[in-house]
Amino acid sequence: MANKAYQKIYTRLHAITKATVSLQASGVSNDELAVVDGRLAQVVKTKGDLVTLQVFSGTEGIPTDAEVQFLGAPPTLKVSEQLSGRFFNAYGHPIDGGPEVEGEEREVGGPSVNPYKRRQPSELIPTGIAGIDLNNTLVSGQKIPFFADPDQPYNEVMADVALRADVDKIILGGMGLSNDDYLYFRHQFESAGALDRIVCFINTTEDPPVERLLIPDMTLAAAEYFAVDKNEKVLVLLTDMTLYADALSIVSNRMDQIPSKDSMPGSLYSDLAKIYEKAVQLPAGGSITIIAVTTLNDGDITHAIPDNTGYITEGQLFLRADPDSGKVIIDPFRSLSRLKQLVQGKKTREDHSQLMNASVRLYADAQNAKTKLENGFDLSDYDLRCLDYAKEYATRILSIDVNISIEEMLNTVWQLFAKYFSPAETGIKQALIDKYWVK
Amino acid sequence: MNTTGKVTGIVSNLVTVLVDGPVSENELCYIDVKGVRLLAEVIKVNGQQASVQVFESTRGLRNGDPVEFLGRMLEVTLGPGMLSSVYDGLQNDLTTMSDVFLKKGEYTDPINREILWDFTPIAQVGDEVRAADWLGEVHEGWLPHKIMVPFSFKGTYKVEKIEAAGSYNVDHVIAQLRDEAGERFDVTMTQRWPVKVAVRCYREKPRPSRIMETGVRVIDTFNPIAEGGTGFIPGPFGCGKTVLQHAIAKQGEADVIVMAACGERANEVVEIFTEFPELVDPHTGRKLMDRTTIICNTSNMPVAAREASVYTAMTICEYYRAMGLRCLLLADSTSRWAQALREMSNRMEELPGADAFPVDLSSIISNFYARAGMVVLNNGQTGAITFIGTVSPAGGNLKEPVTESTKKAARCFYALEQNRADQKRYPAVNPIDSYSKYLEYPEIASFLDEKVEPGWVEKVVGAKMLIRRGREMSDQINILGDDGVPMSYHEAFWKSELLDFGFLQQDAFDAIDSLCPIERQCEMLDLLLGVCAHDFEFENYEQCRSVFKEMINVVRQMNYSEFHSKNYKMYQDELNKLLQEYGK
Repeated sequence: MANKAYQKIYTRLHAITKATVSLQASGVSNDELAVVDGRLAQVVKTKGDLVTLQVFSGTEGIPTDAEVQFLGAPPTLKVSEQLSGRFFNAYGHPIDGGPEVEGEEREVGGPSVNPYKRRQPSELIPTGIAGIDLNNTLVSGQKIPFFADPDQPYNEVMADVALRADVDKIILGGMGLSNDDYLYFRHQFESAGALDRIVCFINTTEDPPVERLLIPDMTLAAAEYFAVDKNEKVLVLLTDMTLYADALSIVSNRMDQIPSKDSMPGSLYSDLAKIYEKAVQLPAGGSITIIAVTTLNDGDITHAIPDNTGYITEGQLFLRADPDSGKVIIDPFRSLSRLKQLVQGKKTREDHSQLMNASVRLYADAQNAKTKLENGFDLSDYDLRCLDYAKEYATRILSIDVNISIEEMLNTVWQLFAKYFSPAETGIKQALIDKYWVK
Repeated sequence: MNTTGKVTGIVSNLVTVLVDGPVSENELCYIDVKGVRLLAEVIKVNGQQASVQVFESTRGLRNGDPVEFLGRMLEVTLGPGMLSSVYDGLQNDLTTMSDVFLKKGEYTDPINREILWDFTPIAQVGDEVRAADWLGEVHEGWLPHKIMVPFSFKGTYKVEKIEAAGSYNVDHVIAQLRDEAGERFDVTMTQRWPVKVAVRCYREKPRPSRIMETGVRVIDTFNPIAEGGTGFIPGPFGCGKTVLQHAIAKQGEADVIVMAACGERANEVVEIFTEFPELVDPHTGRKLMDRTTIICNTSNMPVAAREASVYTAMTICEYYRAMGLRCLLLADSTSRWAQALREMSNRMEELPGADAFPVDLSSIISNFYARAGMVVLNNGQTGAITFIGTVSPAGGNLKEPVTESTKKAARCFYALEQNRADQKRYPAVNPIDSYSKYLEYPEIASFLDEKVEPGWVEKVVGAKMLIRRGREMSDQINILGDDGVPMSYHEAFWKSELLDFGFLQQDAFDAIDSLCPIERQCEMLDLLLGVCAHDFEFENYEQCRSVFKEMINVVRQMNYSEFHSKNYKMYQDELNKLLQEYGK
């Protein structure tokens, strides 16, 4: 991002909003970066000679006679092995006190992988959390968000998942991360002795919101370097995508665009898809898996942000507090991993898929029984058994503090079935009952 | 001389161009960005300013960059070799691109021009022909691919010369035609056609009169889709839209299947690439890929090409339909296409309609659905395009513009329900809200009388009534409590559950259950309706529940067993035993 000596300097701004400035300039290319009064900005619109720039750190204090210099290139990141173990801000500058990274300068937010060159994801990512491994198995090359209310421990779960996953690199993109959470991630990574396989791009709540827009592209540019150039298995963590989308709406609002649902820009779907679709299984063996966080407003998944996200990602992991067991659980109804059938019963035991479906169906029966109970009706023997089953199932399987192997998870469920139900009540294929039913 | 222009404004992929001559709506142009040519389409003209949507990323584009207009609309190339291909939304062949990443401005030929095809003439010298009449035939794999008079030829022509049987590439002139004015035209094996214009080279478009089997019980029996019919699948995310559509693609009774992955996940397309070359078409025994063409504009590919992709797919279907084939077009998802329209309308600062969608959304959707249908060709043979689109309603709310507009255009409605999906009752098609208008067609009813069994439609209507009644009973039980309702309420509720678990639900990932031929559906429905017609004697509702649960289990085991196998019969006997034990 070095200044070029011959670049013209403009000194008259035509208009200023909270997120953008406009000025008369010529020869400017779309998406290129500029420096406005010492702050980084990017071209988002040109109309005749009038150029609109989005200023990442906000426009507070920018005067109409500010110096503007165009840099002639879109945002870039220097990539090399030196990225490992480092912490950067949204512009890719170190915030850990270390030296600048040397390496090849690459455009961020680059082109998409030709869909025909992709490979089908087929490698299981075990996390030890049964609510994920058993019911919503993760696969490398997948993209999946946690849907969680702000009071849920989503960052903690994500850190656990990342550290237990068998991957070569973990790349964290933090958007609007609280300083405490940032330090938590840093501490977790350090104490796990995993620093050498971690790269972080951090925008905290103390940083300007529009800067967040750079984080996913930076994070994924680094991920593509390791996955494409080095054939590594890369896990990307993005938290919190809701704050990213909020930043998008700020910019589009300042540009007078007509908002669609929930005051989000009409292009929200495409904007989010561009990020999530970077998840890929590459032909040469490298892969990018994306686990993100989308915080919800009181569990409302019909809001434009989680709604569009759900249509893009390959499932979602829904965190909620379960009052019966007193645990935070992965909700088996609202959670889904769309790629699970690529590994269930193929990389895991043959009974996996049927067992999972039966256990969730019985858990649903327990919810019906609970409704009956709340409405003051008598419960049948079956209802009572369902309720007991649900409590134990939530504690031993759904809770996020479970950490066991998939084989153990399957055996646990068979035990629960034998304890509370008859084989016919589970509706599982007879051949599997014959083989696995605990007598 | 073609019109040229210069870029004067850029907002994302909407670019305004100052033009120096005439331009037409939907005309294509190339924008030159430092030697890379980006394809774009005119969507609005105002004085000397043309607004164009660019089919690529506009990063690096500058004001003043030169633009060259092409004098034609977006077209596809039609000819042998399209089957089993993988195209992007603009019909670029994705398989011949060398890079792992898509390169800006890289356009590849959709048709391989080297391959030699074994040509056999059909028309003879002196024949009078019109557009879409068959001149000859080549073998595109198993498919007898007709070489036709180009769709764009108006009026009648006389065949002056027809090439003898032999091996030729697609650019070889296989016929010479003379029009009424005496002008002579060369015809090769390929032709071009603008995607946004419907192909109308057929004699008539009658009402559909037979159903297209999909092997999915809730469709074929409860809400059948006609050959040449239209249907749509709306549903919130996670309800199994794509799984259902893939099931239809695998099992649908059609000669040619075109799948348009429109603004959806790339991994879903990868699933098709990976599985279809291995999977076997249950109707012919050939590999599924042998009958499938994929048009893929995934969600991260340029937005403007997303809109083009559904039109490209439809035009390819129309081409194969003109050969007298039965085509099935699946588009996932039409909402993404509508959103692409919304993004452009928004950038052009048009006054928005509902939910910021363009005001003509409804008419755009119905025009598109109207291109499907069964047709009688000029030679009396028939061809059909069956179209099933998915819709992704925002927030899962069916009262939104895309769903409402589509409901007006499509004749089958397969509503996927969050509640059913939460309970893992797949396919999550709501049995009460969903409908097929074709069940009301007398010609379809008489077709089903013959194909399945006499009086079939009444039987299906009866089964739907049972489900509806069960739903009502379940509401009553929830309000009044298990003890507060008579036994008959429990019985009616559990009968509907038996139909639900035993018939409506189907395991798309089980080798046997996933594909249920209509004969098997018929036998199963008869069996279950037989149980439902029974009066039972239960001591209490607990017993009612457990007996029906047992029956449900037995019926599910039947569904997992090979039709009429030893196991199947064994479970059937078990069911009969239960009936005798508890029936009155």
